[in-house]
Order: sequence, then C-alpha cells, then structure tokens
Amino acid sequence: MTATFKLLRSSPFSARLGMAMVLITLLAAIFAPVVAPYGETEVAGDVWLPASADHWVGTDNLGRDLFSRLVYGARNTIAIAFLITALSFIVGTMWGFLAATVGGWMDQLLSRIVDILMAFPTLIFALMVLSVVGTSIPALVVVIALLDSTRVYRLSRAVAMDIEVMEFVEAARLRGEGLWWLMRHEILPNAMPPLVAEFGLRFCFVFLFIAALSFLGLGIQPPTADWGSMVRENSGAITFGIFTPLWPAGAIAFLTVGVNLVVDWFLHIASGLED
Amino acid sequence: MTAPLLEMKNIVIEGLSGESWLPIIKGLDLTLHKGEVLGLIGESGAGKSTFGLASMAYTRQGCRIASGSIRFDGKELFGAPDSELRELRGARIAYVAQSAAASFNPAHRLIRQYAEAPVQHGIMSYAEAEEKAVATYQQLLLPDPENIGYRFPHQVSGGQLQRAMVAMAMSCQPDIIIFDEPTTALDVTTQIEVLAAIKDITRRFNTAAIYITHDLAVVAQLADRIMVLRYGELVEENDAREMLANPRETYTRDLLAVRSFKKGKSDAALKEDVILEINGVTASYTGTENVLEDIDLEIRKGRTVALVGESGSGKSTLARVITGLLPPVQGEVVFKGEALPPALKSRKRKDLQRLQMIYQMPDTALNPRQKIRKVIGRPLAFYFNYSRQQQEKRILELLDQIELPADYIDRYPTELSGGEKQRICIARALAAEPDLIICDEVTSALDQLVAEEILKLLLNLQRKLQVSYLFITHDLATVKAISDEIVVMLNGRIVEKGPKQEILKPPHHEYTDLLLSSVPEMDPDWLDGLLEARAEQENGEKPMMEPAA
Repeated sequence: MTATFKLLRSSPFSARLGMAMVLITLLAAIFAPVVAPYGETEVAGDVWLPASADHWVGTDNLGRDLFSRLVYGARNTIAIAFLITALSFIVGTMWGFLAATVGGWMDQLLSRIVDILMAFPTLIFALMVLSVVGTSIPALVVVIALLDSTRVYRLSRAVAMDIEVMEFVEAARLRGEGLWWLMRHEILPNAMPPLVAEFGLRFCFVFLFIAALSFLGLGIQPPTADWGSMVRENSGAITFGIFTPLWPAGAIAFLTVGVNLVVDWFLHIASGLED
Repeated sequence: MTAPLLEMKNIVIEGLSGESWLPIIKGLDLTLHKGEVLGLIGESGAGKSTFGLASMAYTRQGCRIASGSIRFDGKELFGAPDSELRELRGARIAYVAQSAAASFNPAHRLIRQYAEAPVQHGIMSYAEAEEKAVATYQQLLLPDPENIGYRFPHQVSGGQLQRAMVAMAMSCQPDIIIFDEPTTALDVTTQIEVLAAIKDITRRFNTAAIYITHDLAVVAQLADRIMVLRYGELVEENDAREMLANPRETYTRDLLAVRSFKKGKSDAALKEDVILEINGVTASYTGTENVLEDIDLEIRKGRTVALVGESGSGKSTLARVITGLLPPVQGEVVFKGEALPPALKSRKRKDLQRLQMIYQMPDTALNPRQKIRKVIGRPLAFYFNYSRQQQEKRILELLDQIELPADYIDRYPTELSGGEKQRICIARALAAEPDLIICDEVTSALDQLVAEEILKLLLNLQRKLQVSYLFITHDLATVKAISDEIVVMLNGRIVEKGPKQEILKPPHHEYTDLLLSSVPEMDPDWLDGLLEARAEQENGEKPMMEPAA
C-alpha cells in the first residue's frame, strides 16, 4: 500500500494529468444521475441548440441535453469498452502464451484459427454474427472481444516467444514447472510493458468500433447514449456549421489522451526496472 | 622524441544516471605515439571502452565528455564540430568492436562494408577499394581472399569475421585503431589467429593502436605499454614487459595472479562411486546430421568433470541431452544406476531435482521480475513443499553459503552485479539439493577476478556438500583450476578423456595439444614463439586452425 502511494508521489506531471482526466470521466460516469441536469433520453429543448446556461453544451439532433447524454454516455462507453478490452486481453494473452510456450502443433492450430478469424474484415464479421444472434450488450461484448483478441493473440504470442527462449524459462522447465507457472510467473510479468501499451490503444479503438456498429444499427441501441453513436447521430450538424458532434468526439479524445498518458507512465516504470 | 600522435589530458566523462550526471572517467591522461600499441585493461565497468572511444571524441548515448583536451595530430577534438569529427572517424581513427557478428550488417556482403568508409571519405573509388580489400584479406591470411569478401557475414566463421572487421578498420589506413575486446567472444584457437593478424598488421603499417581488454595475458602479446584502469581511475601505467615483471600495485598483482590458482589435492581422495553415466549417446537436431556421436562419459560423486572444446563441438548439446531437453537418437543417460527417461516430460520430479543447471549468462538465467526470495524459494516449495517460514530460513542459509548479505532476499536481479547474479544462480541450484550440477560456461561472462571468486565458491561448496559438477567450458585456465577429470570434445566426438594430470601431461592428442598451447600466457614473447613453433612444426602445411566455416 505504501509502495503504491510512494509510486504515485513520484509520478511525473503528465501521468498525474492523465490520472486526473481518467478520474474525472470515471466520477462523471459513476455519479451520472447526480451530475446530469436532465435525463438520459429526456427531450429538453429544440434541436441543435447552441451552448447556453440551460444547456451547457447545447442539445442534440432530437433536442436532448447533450451534456446529460455525455455524462450518461460515459457510463456505457467506459464500462462496455473496458469489459471488451479486458475480455479480449484475457482470451488473447492466454492463447498467445499457450501457443508460444507449447509450440509445435498447438501453435500451428491456434495461429491458423486466428488467421482465419483475421481474414474476415472485422466489421463484416461482427455484422454477420450480430445479425444472427441478435443485438444485445452481452452479444456485442463477446463478439468484439473475440475479434479484438486475435490482435492481442498475435502480439502476446510474439512477445512470449522472445521471452520463452530466455534461460530463466528453460531453468523453470528443467525444474519441472507446469504450463500455468511458466505462463503466469515467468512470461507474463516480463510481457507486461508491451501488453499494457496495447491495452491503452485497444481500449480507444473499441469506442470507435462500437460507434461504427451503432451507426449500422447493430451497436448500442438508441436511445441509450454512447459517445461513438453520439458522434454519428449528430455528424450531420457539421454541414450546417454547428459543432455539436465535436463534443462527444472531444470526450473520446479526452479519455483516450488520459488513458494513454497513464499507460505511458506505466511503460516508463516498467522499462526502468529492466535497465 | 617527436610529438605524440594522440594526447588526451585530464579527461572527465560523465554518464547519465537517472536525473544527474555521474563521473565515469575521473580525469585520465593518455599519450599515444605513432606505431605504438597501448593496452587498456580493467574489469567491466572500469571505463576502458568509454575512455577508448573518447579518443575519437565519441561517447555512447547517455554519456558526455565533460572536460579535458583531446589533441590528435595537432588538432583539438574536444568541442570540434561534428563535420570535422566525421572526417576523422573511420578515416584516421578506426574502431574494431567486440562482437563482429553483431557489428556487421547481415544484409550486405563483407566487401561492400569494407568499401563503405573509404568511398564515403572520398579516399578511393569502389573498384579501388575492392582491390585493396583483397590485398588486406590476403595480409590477414583469410582463406580464399579473392572471393571471401563476396560472402555475407553469416557465411564465414567467427574468427574470420573478426579479421574481416580488422580489415575494415584498416581500409582507410588509419593512424590509430581502437580494438575493443576483439577476441573476447572467440575460442582460444581462433583468438590466436586474430591476435596474430592484429599484431602483424599494426607492425606492417606502423599503426598506433589502443587495445582494450580485460585479459592481461592477451594484452601482453600486443602492447608496448599498459594502462590498468579501475573505477574510472588509473591504477598503474608502465611499459608492458616492466609491468608484467614488476607490478607495482596490488590490484595489478591480483590480475596477474588470477590464472595461477589450482584445485587442492585433497579432493582427489574422494569416494569413487559413479553418479551419472552416459552410454553411447548420439544426438541430432535435424534427424539427419548428428551433433553428438557415440558419447561415453562418467561422473563420480563429489568430483568435477570438465568438458572442453571450441564452440560448435557439441558441449552444450550434451548438456541438453543430459537434462532431457534434447532426447538422444541413441544411447542412454543413467543416473545413480537408473536409466533416466530420454525426454524431459517423462522425467519425474525426483529426477529433475537431483540434476540442476547453472548458465553462462546470469542476466538471462534469472527472471528480472522475480525477487531473490522467489527465485530461491520456488525450488524449495516445488520440490520439498516447504512452508513460508521454512523457505525463509533456508533462503537465508543459502545466501550465507554463497556469501551474500541476508538483505538481498528482497532485491530484484537487476539490482545485483554480474558475479552476484551468478551466485544467486548457484543458490537456486543448491536449493534443490542436487547430486549433480551442470555448469555451462558459468564464468565466461564474468570478469577474471569475479570469475575466480565464483570458482572458489564452487569448489568450497563441493567440498562441503559432495556435489558433482559437469563443467562445460572453453577456457583451459578454468579447467586447470577446478577439474578432476577432463573430457576433450571435437566435432561432436570425445577425442580424449582422463584424469586432469594425465590429460595435461604430454603426449596429448593433437587437438588437445592445439587447445592447450593456444591459451595465452603472461609472457610478451609467447605469441611470437608459438607462431614460429607452429610454422616449423607444420612445415608449410596449413595449420589445423580453421574449423570448417
């Protein structure tokens, strides 16, 4: 506990800024009903009103308060994106490490399955599966996580292969350690830096992917707010010189930058240990 | 006496450590005259490479020359503009790196890399450079000098590559060449070729050289003058012969004394029961070509068998067969009268526990993310189901045995020095309470003084615990120091084996003889004498120094 505290005390400004940005978004998401002046789906005024005292950042294409939707959207977006990314990393690294550690036919089998999955354009594949099983948040999470895990698999397999040839892994093998120990205690801690960096990036890509699916009607269903679909819904406003869609886009950028500032710091600490 | 070619005065070099600059070189002077060879010696971390590189006003990333003066041929280099330094580097001051294999670009042919510097500096055209390259290859006694330059780096042997690198440094006929441990990564037999080539070429062209090494015996063959460095400071500087004959400082004397320590006689009287037997082992990686052929070997309790041979002779492969990483095609490994299953997977925990291994590179043999507590504690928990407290107690005992302080238990391997890491590796092996420890080149990545300490520790532990060692090495000084029996390998076969005294006494097998005579001695005339003797003996025949490339 004190170690964590010490680490936080020594963090550079950029990391603190990042943590603050993430924290603000998280707090907004958790306390959405308190923070938001209007309901998530409540029509509160005219369409695409400019910012004013009543509507801090204006209203959207149906006249709902944009700020309230941003706050509620944070809930859905962060929770779903986090869930998807975490799931894809658990699945991807497990199989990736397994392929690298066992090697041989296991590696061939897993890698070819992943090749097949990656051969489909992700959007088409997601569309296909979602239109068969129907759109629901659990289905969305599983499908995107599965698709994303192929990329995580590739990365974690490559990283693990580099670590797997190191002598400390051989030493553990010679000791008679099982697969789980090798993966969990020998490989994983040493694979963290690239995986953490990838986590930050993947997390952000997931928003965009959800937004794309939402646009096609298979993502998060209206009237539920999420940042990606809010950009899509309001994108028409840009042609009229109204910058409403920039607010949700800005929110995505805000969180992305925040997450990556924190991730960068993690990487710095992690690589510092290696030197 | 004419003005020196290179004069460095009061050089201070700093390295970036976290946020602050710490001095690495603390005010050193150096003078080098034309045609003179200066040896820079010291342990790793002494700052020899940093100081050597500073002679071309160059520092590695994270370092800077803080103050001092570097006068080369009347010009001041410290603070000179980059463009001026670029003209000099490669053309008038050249550099030969430690690992030729890592320094050549694997995608280009040797001759193209040879020509790069002279063409870049506008000294000659590509065609002229090609011609000159062939001539230089000839002088360096590279085989097939007309064509060898058209090979890629991976197509020639390590010794040839190192000589090609020397050739590259010679391409612009520089005034000074900096040799940074050019033979450290080579076998003793190959080292001779490179040393002879360097000696010949520096003499022929009257080139001055700075020769950086940690091996006093090597530098004795080449240098006119020797500087001993430690912690970025000068320990002693003297004429080479003078220093070898009368070292003034204790530290220099320690360095000189390294090769003289021997295993005590008392060990020879130990019980003779056989622990490990290898019977007719033949092994192969591809299934078609045998890396090991018909190996028979016995290791007795509490004794050390040294397995000697150059790289590629199959020493490490034999270790892989014994540990089960490479199941043999034929033959069997018998441990205490029981045949071990050939593959690692089918061995029982008990088999694994009795057979431990220590590796060459302690850096990669320890998981950088595990504290020492976990590194040593894991075998205890794994083999003996020790509880936390039992583990803690035993780890402290082991740390005491390997002569490290108890508070190291909470450190990460990255917070230890090379020698300390190797001690931890030893403790990890001991934690399993093995009967046999395979030591794969355990000292070759360490400095001589540190290596000596490790060898002493291993001997002490053997005396106390009656553990046997299979000691794989290419360093004959180590063999002399610690072995009871010697096995000499060449091309996957055992060419000679027997008790140490017998093997080291003539008559030898011709390969053993070659190995033994190739170990540099602390005698400045040793190399010349050896080369003459070999030339006479071979009588015009090509010496058998070149293993097939």
